Amino acid sequence: MNLAAAAGHPGFLSPTGVEIAFLLVGVATLGAAVVTVTTKQLVHAALWLVVALGGLAVEYLLLTAEFIAWVQVLIYVGSIVVLLLFGLMLTRAPIGRSPDADSGNRWVALGVAAASAAALVWVVVDAFRATWIDLDGPAQGSTDVTGAFLFRHWVLPFEALSVLLLAALVGAIVLSRKNTESTQGTQGTQGTKDAAARRTATGDDPATGDDDATREDKS
Amino acid sequence: MHLAYPAVLAALLFCTGLYGVLARRNTILVLMSVELMLNAVNLNLVAFDVWLRDTLHSGQALTLFTIAVAAAEIGIGLAIVLAVHRSRGTSDVDRLRDTAETDDAEALPDDTDDAADGARATADQATAPAGKAQKAEATA
Repeated sequence: MNLAAAAGHPGFLSPTGVEIAFLLVGVATLGAAVVTVTTKQLVHAALWLVVALGGLAVEYLLLTAEFIAWVQVLIYVGSIVVLLLFGLMLTRAPIGRSPDADSGNRWVALGVAAASAAALVWVVVDAFRATWIDLDGPAQGSTDVTGAFLFRHWVLPFEALSVLLLAALVGAIVLSRKNTESTQGTQGTQGTKDAAARRTATGDDPATGDDDATREDKS
Repeated sequence: MHLAYPAVLAALLFCTGLYGVLARRNTILVLMSVELMLNAVNLNLVAFDVWLRDTLHSGQALTLFTIAVAAAEIGIGLAIVLAVHRSRGTSDVDRLRDTAETDDAEALPDDTDDAADGARATADQATAPAGKAQKAEATA
């Protein structure tokens, strides 16, 4: 620790306030993420995802990336989680505990995740053992700085991104539109024959056709 | 701040999302886990950008682009999930086995019409009508 301090670095055993705050918020974020992927209540998973994403926004603030923190709050917490909740609602997700939320290969997944976590943490800690982020000085992610670098160096990707968002908008509309012709085509031949017969009956003789239709519906 | 803190947190978040993608059965929960993985990558990008003090700030710019791409991805993904739920009646990834190589229980309706007479094994004959009826019910 003395050597590290002599080399101009703070030590492992003297965490600063920012590090303690980062650690506490990180533990909360990780716990919320774990609950998100393990809870059996689908709506609760979406709400715990809000906690995890909000915790990540706080981590961005601690890393002095203010603009990205507020973008995270706006887009992730504000829109993506709401989209996910609407998706859960539209797919008639069960309220309450659903016993089949987890797949059968849960233990294989747990093994893969634990192995990759161990490998990644080992490599990362080994690689960045003696590396410190200098958070002093002006904030590196304030709105001023972000606007400057975004519109000075990254204008072309920014504009290309707007085209991508337009394509995603059009694609979402096309995918979610009810295509009446194709649904009629995929219906069974029995149903279309009945509908055609009913239509011709009503077309030929309206009075009797209506009687036929009501009789068919009753029977 | 020690660089290992955000890097380790990002690695653990990524592996949590990996577990969710592999272990979840509902498609929307899989999408939530994908969001967790994307956020872990974002945290890495921001941390290394702040560490390197890049004059172009490529890490933060890429983080903004990743957030926008994630928003587009979740919109398209939910549209696909809703279309699948409307045509199949389920959003369970374990039941969407139309393109699976095994021909048990969830083959295409045309294949069951052709092959249900002779070529099917006895075990498949027990399960094929159930799958076919379920498919017809979902598409009607």
